[in-house]
Amino acid sequence: MTTTTTTTNTSEFYGVGADIHDTKAPSGPIEQRWDTRKFNAKLVNPANRRKLSVIIVGTGLAGGAAAATLGEAGYHVKSFCYQDSPRRAHSIAAQGGINAAKNYRNDGDSIYRLFYDTVKGGDFRSRESNSYRLAQVSVNIIDQCVAQGVPFAREYGGLLDNRSFGGVQVSRTFYARGQTGQQLLIGAYQALERQVAAGTVEVHTRHEMLELIMVDGRARGIIARNMVTGEIETHTADVVVLATGGYGNVYFLSTNAMGSNTTATWRAHRKGAYFGNPCYTQIHPTCIPVSGDYQSKLTLMSESLRNDGRIWVPKKAGDERPADQIPEDERDYYLERIYPAFGNLVPRDIASRAAKYQCDDGKGVGPGGLGVYLDFADAIARLGLDTVKAKYGNLFDMYAQITGEDPYKTPMRIYPAVHYTMGGLWVDYDLQSNLAGLFVTGEANFSDQGANRLGASALMQGLADGYFVLPNTIANYLADGPFEKISDDHPEVVAAKQAVTDRINTFLSINGTRTVDSYHKELGQIMWEYCGMERTEEGLTKAIGLIRELKADFWKNVKVSGVNEELNQTLERAGRVADFFELGELMCIDALHRRESCGGHFRAESQTEDGEALRHDEEFAYVAAWEFGGDTPILHKEPLEYEYVEMKARSYK
Amino acid sequence: MNITVRVWRQKNADDKGKMVTYGVENVSKDMSFLEMLDVLNEQLTLAGDDPIAFDHDCREGICGACGVVINGQAHGPQVTTTCQLHMRSFEDGAVVDVEPWRAGAFPVIKDLVVDRSSFDRIIQAGGYISAPTGSAPEANNLPVPKKDADHAFESAACIGCGACVAACPNGSGMLFTAAKITHLGLLPQGQPERDSRVIGMVEQHDHEGFGSCTNIGECTAACPKGIPLDTISRLNRDLLGALSKGKA
Amino acid sequence: MATTLTQKRVPASRSTVAHKYAMAVSGLIMLGYLLVHMYGNLKFFQGEEKFDSYLGETLPHMFYPYLPEDGALWIIRVLLVVALVVHVYCAATLWRRNKAAAGYVGGKRYHTTQNKTGVQRSYSSFTMRWGGVILLLFIIGHVAQMMPNWLSPGGASDSKYDRVVNGFEIWWVVLLYTIGMLAVGLHLAHGFWSALTTLGQNRSSTRRSSHWTAISIALATLITVGFLSVPFAVLFFGAGS
Ligand SMILES: Cc1cc2nc3c(=O)[nH]c(=O)nc-3n(C[C@H](O)[C@H](O)[C@H](O)COP(=O)(O)OP(=O)(O)OC[C@H]3O[C@@H](n4cnc5c(N)ncnc54)[C@H](O)[C@@H]3O)c2cc1C
Ligand code: HEM
Ligand code: HEM
Ligand code: SF4
Ligand code: F3S
Ligand code: FES
Repeated sequence: MTTTTTTTNTSEFYGVGADIHDTKAPSGPIEQRWDTRKFNAKLVNPANRRKLSVIIVGTGLAGGAAAATLGEAGYHVKSFCYQDSPRRAHSIAAQGGINAAKNYRNDGDSIYRLFYDTVKGGDFRSRESNSYRLAQVSVNIIDQCVAQGVPFAREYGGLLDNRSFGGVQVSRTFYARGQTGQQLLIGAYQALERQVAAGTVEVHTRHEMLELIMVDGRARGIIARNMVTGEIETHTADVVVLATGGYGNVYFLSTNAMGSNTTATWRAHRKGAYFGNPCYTQIHPTCIPVSGDYQSKLTLMSESLRNDGRIWVPKKAGDERPADQIPEDERDYYLERIYPAFGNLVPRDIASRAAKYQCDDGKGVGPGGLGVYLDFADAIARLGLDTVKAKYGNLFDMYAQITGEDPYKTPMRIYPAVHYTMGGLWVDYDLQSNLAGLFVTGEANFSDQGANRLGASALMQGLADGYFVLPNTIANYLADGPFEKISDDHPEVVAAKQAVTDRINTFLSINGTRTVDSYHKELGQIMWEYCGMERTEEGLTKAIGLIRELKADFWKNVKVSGVNEELNQTLERAGRVADFFELGELMCIDALHRRESCGGHFRAESQTEDGEALRHDEEFAYVAAWEFGGDTPILHKEPLEYEYVEMKARSYK
Repeated sequence: MNITVRVWRQKNADDKGKMVTYGVENVSKDMSFLEMLDVLNEQLTLAGDDPIAFDHDCREGICGACGVVINGQAHGPQVTTTCQLHMRSFEDGAVVDVEPWRAGAFPVIKDLVVDRSSFDRIIQAGGYISAPTGSAPEANNLPVPKKDADHAFESAACIGCGACVAACPNGSGMLFTAAKITHLGLLPQGQPERDSRVIGMVEQHDHEGFGSCTNIGECTAACPKGIPLDTISRLNRDLLGALSKGKA
Repeated sequence: MATTLTQKRVPASRSTVAHKYAMAVSGLIMLGYLLVHMYGNLKFFQGEEKFDSYLGETLPHMFYPYLPEDGALWIIRVLLVVALVVHVYCAATLWRRNKAAAGYVGGKRYHTTQNKTGVQRSYSSFTMRWGGVILLLFIIGHVAQMMPNWLSPGGASDSKYDRVVNGFEIWWVVLLYTIGMLAVGLHLAHGFWSALTTLGQNRSSTRRSSHWTAISIALATLITVGFLSVPFAVLFFGAGS
């Protein structure tokens, strides 16, 4: 029943290098691997920690937690973020919650079950060892956060409350109203500020990392631009950690913060770090649709809306009548029709794609025909207005605030949007990239989530990495330090700084006729069209060509006003967009080479007869780790093995 | 719709700054306020002018980065963040004045961008619970009455935007400071450091040059997260308690 | 922008909040005095004899013989002067500080002409400072009129009752008192609520929902009306002549 077809020779776009392996992951029973690793890792004597310096770029859950913990352990930490305060990192926007295998509900949850769900949810493209460790550590995260004063939701008896989230059958999600990410981040931020006061951490806000400094095969520092004065600063240390978040903004429109970027990871990639699985992107079905071409970002609404809302489009293409004038028998409740068992509750990717197909057929509603209805009329009739208000009131208010429509009266309009990127820099079990001394944590690395992330698991990963994993594994590396001090006139430093300065000067001197944003929007449209919810060989090939053309035009025709020596937001964006072009191209190449559908990557050529994603485990059960190679990146495969969880195909019919 | 915006333009901290008038045409009612500024900035860039600098990131009302004074009101006419304000709140042909937060403790960096790092330093001075990583007891060993938990949450919702300071006629940072005092002071975990926290944070608040609170309440009217006014009274009560124990 | 915390700070015992405690306590002391003072003033309606004997006999002999004659009065006077000095000193210090904290540029804070008066601040909170200054001037003038026979519009007299009547028969004296009393009322309408809040007693999430707000307004009205009853009675109804 496979319909895989190969027409052109896609390998003209890339080369293939030797396979790679995660040499740090211990073998043995999976429950003991993390302990084994911690036991075998070298330790750093507390008295020596002061002499060891750590650069951490990013102050989200992954970076903020790590900086606080390493500072407290006694290392000399320098932390960086592009916002004006570490508290504003994008983690703050997470709404739903954070998973942990506490089994407070006595509903059969366990570390093993969370591990199992993660591997299965990741569509068998993640490492078992990593996923298991994540589940193990999840328990400590909740303890840590509660001790910091994170105000999780509680029951009347004063104990912690849980909810079920993201389609799993157990209640293991801890939450703080719709602001879980905010509360967790503020907890980490406060711990971080405590270390600042203690003198162990220096925070450099409004600093953007623009280059990685490699000396003698080790990552030794960064070049950062002071975004207020424009000064190009050199910061060196014994080790560099990137915790710079995801790259969903390559699509221009996404649920990510406006400043989210790939610059830090992409610069490291150009310096030799492998980029893992760049094509895996998660698209969330319930976002507020685009209202016009001025749109700057998309807003996510909780998935829980699908519990009671019914999704439909008019049966007739191009039907312009308002929703209330379309009679019942002219509406198509397509999810209920196609997936009678799960109905409106099919997984994110299926719901997203189904909406896209309806809109492609001209049945979309709202501006530009890019939207489907999410209707609560039945729910209100069945449950009563008050119940619906109590359950979803804040989401309805948010919708009303943004769209100016009253969702109690007219159905909401929703459309899918890019939300999370599973890909990222390749790291081993220690979270170290293939470059010595370059560690990568949180959404910025590719690990743990496989081809698809479960709801409420990204926060878990960020904090697991930041509080518990990195602080242990980084010591193994630092035990060999301190390394020889690097002076500011070291040739590698001078060269890195020069490269940054040259690039900035180039931007400022092009003085063309198109704005940075207009390029970013066009790049985003290409990515969304050809490397979005559904990808085809033809489309991806076309996209690579289009991106290359657009990139060439950008370097000739972009207009960046102002000077470097001031707060210059256009210049900041220009640098980010320039890197997005290159990343977008690699994403398309990765998507093109992976001729299977798995998790957040759907190849139209690889589906079952009823439109389900079809994996090809014999051929593609590996991590694609890409080495930078200019126009022709080099693919290294890290084969994946499953000892504990049996590889199965999923079905939602 | 077409509108006129008068924007505070100031090249850098040393520049004197002035209001400059621009026209923006074909504004859609569904645009957010910041998207309207985006459109204006695209115009300015193409015309060879310097685009208007303003802080923003999430555009979802949660990061606290955005914030300008619109027609004299912090975050504009609705009780929300600037990024969540939409142009449908304005009339066609309206003249909209846009200015940065004004406060001695928030120096202007450029145009509408101010330096709010004073808030971070207030947190450094005690706005935390010392819980070294790994030392935490089992989470459910410490039940918190739901009422306290909910109340703590209400105060923890502060996004650190600074609208309270911009709206307060005294340029006081009391609501921000009090929100943190209340959040941590209501939880059992927060008790051991309760006295030192309020002393440290109030000292730093003053040190940063914020004004004193005369209980005017404009701050709560502007606060996009509805931080309640009694938090300030709680801070006063806590400080009084700490001082009377001779903790200063 | 690396952030560092300086340890050299003004101690919390001299913080703005501590200044506010001082203002609240001194303000409440003065308020307490006003209530007693108003009670005394209302004896005016019992006639010259009662009024003068209250002022000339009852008050000077409070706690007599444990305190010497006039002793209690002097204690109260000292307390009041200290309260006023502390109150005015703190008000002036914070006034100066708050003006700098509000970040004025070119003499203005916000350059817009819209919403000048904010969203929910009350007229009384708005006028605390200049209203306070009016109050101070009033007190100086008033004490000079009432205490020794210094400033005596309408004619001096050894009877305080006469002095009151003589003064209040003149329209502009009553006008000045009315201004003074409105200033007191406005000052207290915000001040009493504010003092309780400063001392940690407000537990309501908004200004309006606080039950202390209503009590403050009632108290301020009572004091304004109570005090004004005497001059109005004299001027408009010829009381005492
Ligand atoms: C709307 C939304 C809702 C979500 N809801 C949930 C949820 O309910 N549950 C869940 O588990 N996950 C959720 N997620 C996903 C989750 O929030 C993120 O994956 C996670 O927070 C990422 O954390 P991070 O620490 O890796 O990176 P971020 O929080 O993105 O932090 C990145 C940091 O890097 C810094 N940085 C970036 N580039 C540079 C540079 N070049 N120079 C200097 N600094 C730089 C930034 O300043 C920032 O401090 C949600 C995501 C979105 C968008
Ligand atoms: C020169 C005279 C005065 C000046 C300049 C002055 C000024 C002020 C100011 C600026 C406040 C601060 C408002 C606030 O904190 O909310 C205040 C508060 C107060 N004033 Fe006065 N005032 C004066 C006289 C008086 C008098 C005579 C009384 C008593 C009748 C009084 C009673 C109060 C009270 C009760 C408060 C509330 C204290 C608090 O808020 O903590 N004041 N005054
Ligand atoms: C119309 C209203 C008022 C009248 C008729 C009035 C009348 C008087 C009289 C007759 C005295 C002399 C008392 C004595 O010799 O013992 C006096 C004293 C005084 N009054 Fe008033 N008064 C009024 C309002 C006020 C107000 C509003 C204040 C304060 C804000 C005030 C403050 C004082 C003070 C401080 C003294 C001196 C008390 C002392 O030292 O003994 N009065 N007043
Ligand atoms: S208290 Fe309100 S207005 Fe002030 S910083 Fe916090 S959220 Fe913003
Ligand atoms: S407006 Fe200002 S005076 Fe106090 S109550 Fe709010 S901080
Ligand atoms: S941009 Fe984040 S709150 Fe407005």
